[in-house]
Amino acid sequence: MKYKSQQVAYWFFALCMLLFALQIVYGFIMGFARIGMDGLHDWIPFNTARAVHTNLLVVWLLTGFMGAAYYIIPEEAQRELVSVKLAYVQLISLAVVGVAAITGYHFNIWEGRKFLEIPRELDYLVVVNVLLFLGIILATLFKGKWQTTTALVMTMGLVFAALLYLPGMIWFDSQVTDSFFRWWVVHLWVEGVWELIMGGILAFLLIKLTGVDREVIEKWLYVIVGLTFLSGILGTGHHYYYIGVNKIWLVVGGVFSALEPLAFLAMALFAVYMYRKGEKNHPNKIALFWTIGAAIVSFIGAGLLGFAHTLPQTNLYTHGTLVTAMHGHYAFWGAYVMIVLAIISYAMPNITGRKRHDKTNGHLAFWLSNIGMLGMVVALGVAGVVQVYLERRLSMDFMIAQEEVKIHFVVMLLCATMFATGIGIYIYEFIKYGRPTNEALSKKEETVLVS
Amino acid sequence: MLSKSQARTFFLGGTVVTFLIFIGLTIYSMAPSNDQSNHQNITEQVIKGKHIWETNNCMGCHAIMGEGGYYAPELTKVIDRRGAPLVKAILQSPIPWAPNGRKMVAYEMSDEDAEAMIEYLKWIGEIDLNGFDRIVSPLAKDKLKD
Ligand code: HEM
Ligand code: HEM
Ligand SMILES: [Fe+2]
Repeated sequence: MKYKSQQVAYWFFALCMLLFALQIVYGFIMGFARIGMDGLHDWIPFNTARAVHTNLLVVWLLTGFMGAAYYIIPEEAQRELVSVKLAYVQLISLAVVGVAAITGYHFNIWEGRKFLEIPRELDYLVVVNVLLFLGIILATLFKGKWQTTTALVMTMGLVFAALLYLPGMIWFDSQVTDSFFRWWVVHLWVEGVWELIMGGILAFLLIKLTGVDREVIEKWLYVIVGLTFLSGILGTGHHYYYIGVNKIWLVVGGVFSALEPLAFLAMALFAVYMYRKGEKNHPNKIALFWTIGAAIVSFIGAGLLGFAHTLPQTNLYTHGTLVTAMHGHYAFWGAYVMIVLAIISYAMPNITGRKRHDKTNGHLAFWLSNIGMLGMVVALGVAGVVQVYLERRLSMDFMIAQEEVKIHFVVMLLCATMFATGIGIYIYEFIKYGRPTNEALSKKEETVLVS
Repeated sequence: MLSKSQARTFFLGGTVVTFLIFIGLTIYSMAPSNDQSNHQNITEQVIKGKHIWETNNCMGCHAIMGEGGYYAPELTKVIDRRGAPLVKAILQSPIPWAPNGRKMVAYEMSDEDAEAMIEYLKWIGEIDLNGFDRIVSPLAKDKLKD
């Protein structure tokens, strides 16, 4: 770590850990409700648990992206953040808005639009908060010595993510139009601009961890984000097949969304290839695992499992079933959770000065959470396929089919326990060895690889 | 070999072109002549129904047009399948509706609210969903076994 202001990232990452833990608690509440143990129904009905689970996910990932930006941008631009004080103000207001929204969900205060449940009044506060964040990042970037491609791509992703939040704030009388523009936020985030943020973080980590020449890495970064937008923008059509809009989307969405896996494939090949090409002597093995892991698992979760139900002929039957939930879990995990855990794993030793680079606990956290998540996804996938077959092909009643798939949720909960253990260890390490120190700054202990 | 500036051109060019096509297609599918939702049938009551649907986050458990939670049945053509009186009774029930053990929240809606909700669901049920409404069993009544 070169600049003291990078330490702000620590508190963003700490908020991530807290919200992630809570997200998992609400996941368990839903999992248990699905096997008939819904004792909390009067206080936390399923729709509350669901809104909290998915919104916490989105909020903590965004918090992680912000933390990553506060860590990466000073280093890339080669100057301190323009204001550390404002960064803390931004963090605290973000936490306040987040907590207010989540609390509201327990009192029937929300806007039941999947993934965008935050009530519109709070949306305005979100906008102010994000503007403050972008102000700090943009000012730092453009007052800095360099505007590297890595920093520019990441910042572009953050700016577009903010802009795309706006279509989700408009009220429409028609459910069809409402749904249409809801996807401008949800789809264009995860299959568009968030991939720029992911790509930027990935490029930064690869430059640091492998020592491969920046020019080479950044050239391929352009190719990857080029593929992302080329396929992902028109790929939005895969959500427009069956929501009451023109059939043209069956063709456009089908063709372009079928190309979306290419961007993820490129990302996986890119990471593996750069790793092979680079020097293998960076001590932070844990960060390397998460980084390469993110690139590979995102290809499986988003690319392959997304492709599995993206053609209109398949989607006709899988649309709105547990098959979607299966893909949602692995895609979010591989692409965004893992990349945030990667940058945290990379940044922490540099912020704290404690070189916990290759410890057993770190590896344990990686493997337990990954194997646990894979098990959950397989269980959800089996449940999903059985549901599609029974309910949609054999025309069985919804609840009768649900009874049939109950057993798979028992399996899912077992795997979720393994997953939660892994994440528990990760968080334990974060807390135990976490606090920033000034020695980290003065000692300049950071390993620098040159190629 | 590809140079960095060629890679940048590919990125910027591809983005601008596909974005423009996307906007074009959006305008095309929003054109009144391409409406499949019977937009003219959206009455005050339907709008009120949508508002109730949102403020209670029904979508947190149920799906509509295939969007929402997977915990409770798809509601796209529910009036067609179950009839308005039953749906109204469920919405007004003072105890949680739980025909197969899985509980719904007891909303105890007023007459007025329950009727708005039903108008909304009726409107949804008439949208042309490119086959999803005719081919897939929980939606298409004739495809459903009793
Ligand atoms: C990291 C990237 C991705 C993430 C985080 C992600 C996440 C999700 C989530 C959460 C949903 C459920 C949305 C809802 O019903 O409200 C979804 C739906 C869907 N995703 Fe992805 N996805 C990603 C990439 C992809 C890719 C690359 C493809 C195609 C190749 C794809 C294909 C689909 C399809 C077809 C649906 C609609 C499912 C349905 O009809 O119910 N996804 N995705
Ligand atoms: C202990 C771990 C977890 C459990 C037991 C769990 C369980 C669940 C359940 C039961 C649902 C609701 C599905 C429905 O509507 O019926 C859900 C939704 C969801 N969860 Fe999790 N979850 C866990 C962890 C995670 C993690 C780590 C992520 C992110 C990587 C995640 C992302 C999501 C998403 C995106 C949805 C919405 C899916 C959709 O609508 O298609 N969950 N989860
Ligand atoms: Fe999508």
